[in-house]
Amino acid sequence: MESKVNKYSKQLIIINSVFIIFWLTISVFPFLWTLWGSLKVKADFFSRADWYYAISGFNTLIETGGRFTLNGYIESWTEGEFGKAALNTIIVTISVVSISLFLGTLGAYALSRSTYKYTFWILIAALIFRAMPHITLVSGYLFPFFQFKVWGILPTTIIVLVAINQPFTLWLLYSFFKTVPKELDESALIDGCSYFQAFRFIIMPVMWPGVITAGLFSLMLAYNDFTVTALLLNQENYTMVPKINAYLGTVEHGGNYMWAVASVVSATAPLFMIVMFFQRQLISGLTAGAVKG
Amino acid sequence: MPHKTFFWFFFPSGLAMILFIGLPIFSSFFQSLHIEPEQILIEVETCDPFGCETEVQVDLEATAQSAAENPLGRFNGFGTYKDRNHLAFEEIQEAWQSTGDFSDFIKNVLNLPFYKSLLFTLTFCFTVTPCVIVLGFIVALSVNVLAKSIKGMVIFGTILPMIVTPLIGSLVLFWMIDSQGVLGATIQIIFDDPNLSLKSSKALTWITLIIYGIWHNTPFAFVVFYAGLQTVPQDPIEAALIDGATRTQRVRHIVLPHLYPVATFIALICLMDNFRVFEPIIGFSAEGVAQSLSWMIYKDLRNETLMLFGSAGATSMLTILGVGILLMPVLIRTWKEFKTER
Repeated sequence: MESKVNKYSKQLIIINSVFIIFWLTISVFPFLWTLWGSLKVKADFFSRADWYYAISGFNTLIETGGRFTLNGYIESWTEGEFGKAALNTIIVTISVVSISLFLGTLGAYALSRSTYKYTFWILIAALIFRAMPHITLVSGYLFPFFQFKVWGILPTTIIVLVAINQPFTLWLLYSFFKTVPKELDESALIDGCSYFQAFRFIIMPVMWPGVITAGLFSLMLAYNDFTVTALLLNQENYTMVPKINAYLGTVEHGGNYMWAVASVVSATAPLFMIVMFFQRQLISGLTAGAVKG
Repeated sequence: MPHKTFFWFFFPSGLAMILFIGLPIFSSFFQSLHIEPEQILIEVETCDPFGCETEVQVDLEATAQSAAENPLGRFNGFGTYKDRNHLAFEEIQEAWQSTGDFSDFIKNVLNLPFYKSLLFTLTFCFTVTPCVIVLGFIVALSVNVLAKSIKGMVIFGTILPMIVTPLIGSLVLFWMIDSQGVLGATIQIIFDDPNLSLKSSKALTWITLIIYGIWHNTPFAFVVFYAGLQTVPQDPIEAALIDGATRTQRVRHIVLPHLYPVATFIALICLMDNFRVFEPIIGFSAEGVAQSLSWMIYKDLRNETLMLFGSAGATSMLTILGVGILLMPVLIRTWKEFKTER
């Protein structure tokens, strides 16, 4: 129904469009600019003399003979061993997502179906855990991890990221399972299923929308993490984000700065692709906690 | 669900949280009570034909041995909390006695590392959060009236700053704002001041970090407000329209009250997340003039020669205390609701 509420004056539409374009410029342009700059040499992208060089590619033309260059990418992926970091990120991300979904679905299902008071306290505890700055937890890990000699390797980091991710996954899946009608699994229980069978055969087939959302957030946490990976991994096992930071720290070659620019683009592009595909789920997840108040 | 079934369903998740979130807090606390082992000094007498001299040397062997025997160092009680790098009671007392002027006293206190970081962290939290809420609301209102066909694209563009990790997000901005980047250089040309850069002044650095914080957090507020807007009931709005309310009045008196709980939710999440700010400080290489509590812990743990577990632990405990204070209103409210439910 087209109601009068949705009629807008011409003036308002113009102001609104201008604002939206302005806003999109702010949020998208920095990424496009970085993508553009990653195809130039350092003297162009960080040009003190005249930033118009960054557009015309003046120095790029002199140094490489073309308006665009892939040197930043080629060097960072070969010499800079960015490929290894990318592989580590893939391993960490896949493991974190699958393990935390496995633990999270079981835990959240139990929380949503139990009627006892302690579920309330568990959820409150999870909220407090969610608020803990990650770095304070890391400062607690380092010493024991050194003592047990498990510091620096991928499995430790994976488990830590899974644990850090649990509170949010639990909350998200808890509010999702609350929307799945209780009658579904209750009828299965009456028919003689055990709780686990009810979960396996009745709940699992219908839980995928919630699981995809929760998985997306686990993916973003694992993929994007800097605090945990930078401090718990040794240099050889670095994932992409700490690797980029490491490029910035070393200033021996001027080329390293462009490595960082190129690898920022390499690291961001896959993430944007994933988000483009799963935008709807991402947004539904962000709002799950909020709209219910 | 019976207790036993609940236990087995919840056990793996609970165990992970207890082991890797609960225990580290205790471990941090335990570390904060200890301090790095002192170097053991010995007096060595060296004699030559002209007589004997005694000098004090570091006994490397004994130091290494004591470090191996007691890797956590020696017990220090709450000493680390009181030292210059944390709560600095002595220094504050001194400053109180030596300076007559109150503003001088405040200035002295804010020069101490912990209070300096606390000031930045709180400033960041409490300037970014309100801006994010207001801006997020405006963006949500204007995206909401767009045509359906372009909505998806606009939403995707809008949420980009939120998706990237703060380190990458701040680098992307830094490369533009830096004195050699496209914006930084332009600003220099406009103001005709070749030394003007964000690193040149403390205020500019803080403003840049805060702008970054708003840029990064607004998409989240936008998404939540946007979803909230979809649930606003249409009938009261139409009724108001018939009664002659203008658009502003309708937003002010119907939409805003409806979204009030949503705004509290955003404020809570934003405060929690911004209290741990530290990646942008690294991204903008702003360590010199802007330190946050999390950055202090990072610095202690990244120490080249010796990791300062004690110092990091103490800062961690104080940070957790801060988070607790921030969460207090929410916890009290939830507790009251819980009480009345029973």
